[in-house]
Amino acid sequence: MSMHADPAGVLTGSHFLDGDHACCEGALAAGARFSAGYPITPSTEVVERFAARIPTVGGTFIQMEDELAASIAIQGAVWGGAKAFTVTSGPGFSLMMEHIGLAAMTECPCVFVDVQRGGPSTGLPTLSAQADMMQVRWGSHGDYEVIALCPNSPQECFDLTIQAFNLAEQYRVPVFVMLDEVVGHMTEKVVIPPPEEIEVTPRRYTTVPPGEFKPYQPREDLVPDMPHTGAGYNVHVTGLTHDERGYPNMTPPVQDKLVRRLQEKIIKNADQICQFEEEAIDGSDCVVVSYGITSRVAQRAIEMARDKGVKVGKFRLITAWPFPEKKMKEIAARTNSIVVAEINLGQMVREVERAVAGEVPVRFVGHAGGSVHKPEDILKAIMEVAR
Amino acid sequence: MTTLPVHTNVADPFLRTERIPHIWCPGCGIGTSVNSFARALVDAKIDVNNLSIVSGIGCTGRVAGYVNLDSFHTTHGRALPFATGLKLANPKLNVVVYSGDGDLFAIGGNHLIHAARRNVDLKVICVNNLIYAMTGGQTAPTTPGDVVTSTNPHGTYDSSFNLPYLVEAAGAVYVARWTTFHVRQMARAMQEMFTKKGFCFLEVISPCPTLYQRRNKMGDGLDTMIFYKEHSKVKNGCPTSEVSLSKSGEIVVGKFVDRERADYRDLMHEKMHDTLGDRYVEREACECEI
Repeated sequence: MSMHADPAGVLTGSHFLDGDHACCEGALAAGARFSAGYPITPSTEVVERFAARIPTVGGTFIQMEDELAASIAIQGAVWGGAKAFTVTSGPGFSLMMEHIGLAAMTECPCVFVDVQRGGPSTGLPTLSAQADMMQVRWGSHGDYEVIALCPNSPQECFDLTIQAFNLAEQYRVPVFVMLDEVVGHMTEKVVIPPPEEIEVTPRRYTTVPPGEFKPYQPREDLVPDMPHTGAGYNVHVTGLTHDERGYPNMTPPVQDKLVRRLQEKIIKNADQICQFEEEAIDGSDCVVVSYGITSRVAQRAIEMARDKGVKVGKFRLITAWPFPEKKMKEIAARTNSIVVAEINLGQMVREVERAVAGEVPVRFVGHAGGSVHKPEDILKAIMEVAR
Repeated sequence: MTTLPVHTNVADPFLRTERIPHIWCPGCGIGTSVNSFARALVDAKIDVNNLSIVSGIGCTGRVAGYVNLDSFHTTHGRALPFATGLKLANPKLNVVVYSGDGDLFAIGGNHLIHAARRNVDLKVICVNNLIYAMTGGQTAPTTPGDVVTSTNPHGTYDSSFNLPYLVEAAGAVYVARWTTFHVRQMARAMQEMFTKKGFCFLEVISPCPTLYQRRNKMGDGLDTMIFYKEHSKVKNGCPTSEVSLSKSGEIVVGKFVDRERADYRDLMHEKMHDTLGDRYVEREACECEI
């Protein structure tokens, strides 16, 4: 089920925006009317723009005392009825892990934007990395699944932020928009369509009356509907293991049923969720796998290799999590080798290797962060592995 | 024929009776405070559909699970920022934060001072049992000197917080303290908080017979009631700098602060109207219309 965007939040037209600002416009177009934030480079521009824009759209921005507070204030706002998001970068993202777990456990539809910078710790505050890709999947304790999207341009920052809100509502999970410093700060043309051309997913509010409603009883898609707060549902929301009434029940069978469902509602719907871009895979000597800003450097390397007569395909992850495992296996069957490039020392490549399972050689081109790859480094790997 | 009297508890309509028995120990004061809370809801004629309760983690954090209201049992120390988001997104809700001293003042201490500074319209009930009870009786920032805890087996020497003093300094508009002996005064204070806009704070001094009183040879729940009765002194308006607690000294109780200060939303609306004029879109709530 989808509806059109509320025109109040849609800045229709052609703009020259950086990725951070485009991300903010995406959130507004998607219906976000609440954001809580804590300043951190290189993500702050997202909430700065939101703070400037929201009073004339109708909503609230609040600057919190830290990222722990920001990441749970948005969840209070969601239960209060708002679409809400927060924005951060590495060190702040580390602090938010606690509430990513809470959002997963309480099935709170909310959006986190992480503009990645070099780490660990304070690392490279103003310089790029793609090194939070495993943290976003595994960072909070316990078993759960999330959805993470990787834009490679300001236009995609806009488009994928809208999708992030829609997926959050559809599956009741925290959804992550994984920018990196370069995509966040690069300025390009961004086209914002008219509101009637923007699809937004409404909250799945229950129509079951209070008294009969069980807040954690899933529908066929394994996702439960939400109650309105303040409408007599007397709903209980807890981070403790809970039964379908939402009541704490710390027994192995209830834990098993709940945690398996939290995973399966994403895994079983992975084919619908996963987005990617593929080109010239069939019969290729090599396929370059990348995402985010690295996909644009990889594009150059692919063209250079083609100039040298190598048949090179392209596979770009738009959805990093859930990882498009099935698709990756298919690609391994259609090419002779794979090169993975990312600005970290080996994160998504592990997933690629796991899916490919030795079918074809996988060559990794890592980068510790601080800049993007040189196309020549990716080219070198292509030439070696495709030989 | 004699008719047996039917005893009903004022708290019954507000409880998830199917979740009883609760986890609290015999002699614990948390249930007593919930009883006063129920009385306050009745006396203040609160529309319970619009009432949300937010708790953190710990013994008092379990209150949210037992009351039949929209209830949110959040993470350790973070009830206040959750409540801040809930209240700002949906201001028609009456939002109560009901949690313990360790939750609100140790791990949640930063959130507490900032929520008070902003004067978000929240009613905070802090059950102070002077200890981390859920985890087995460790020293809390509220534990007075010269008592035995599981992490100070040779006695405490760490300085403790004076909660009313701290909360007043941070900006609360209403600050009171009662013990679980003072059930009617406690209910009245809660009722007063419901009629006051802004960050209101009630400290409820409560026994933890299992882990505090027993380990310090201070008797059981009943002995603690007698102790509270004998050692409490009502001093309304007392400067909060003078209400520190000690192991066996006087417990100053009463209403210490009741002042007026614009709350967060009023200040926000005023500033936005001043700066943006007609361009400001003031909405009752941030609810998504789509």
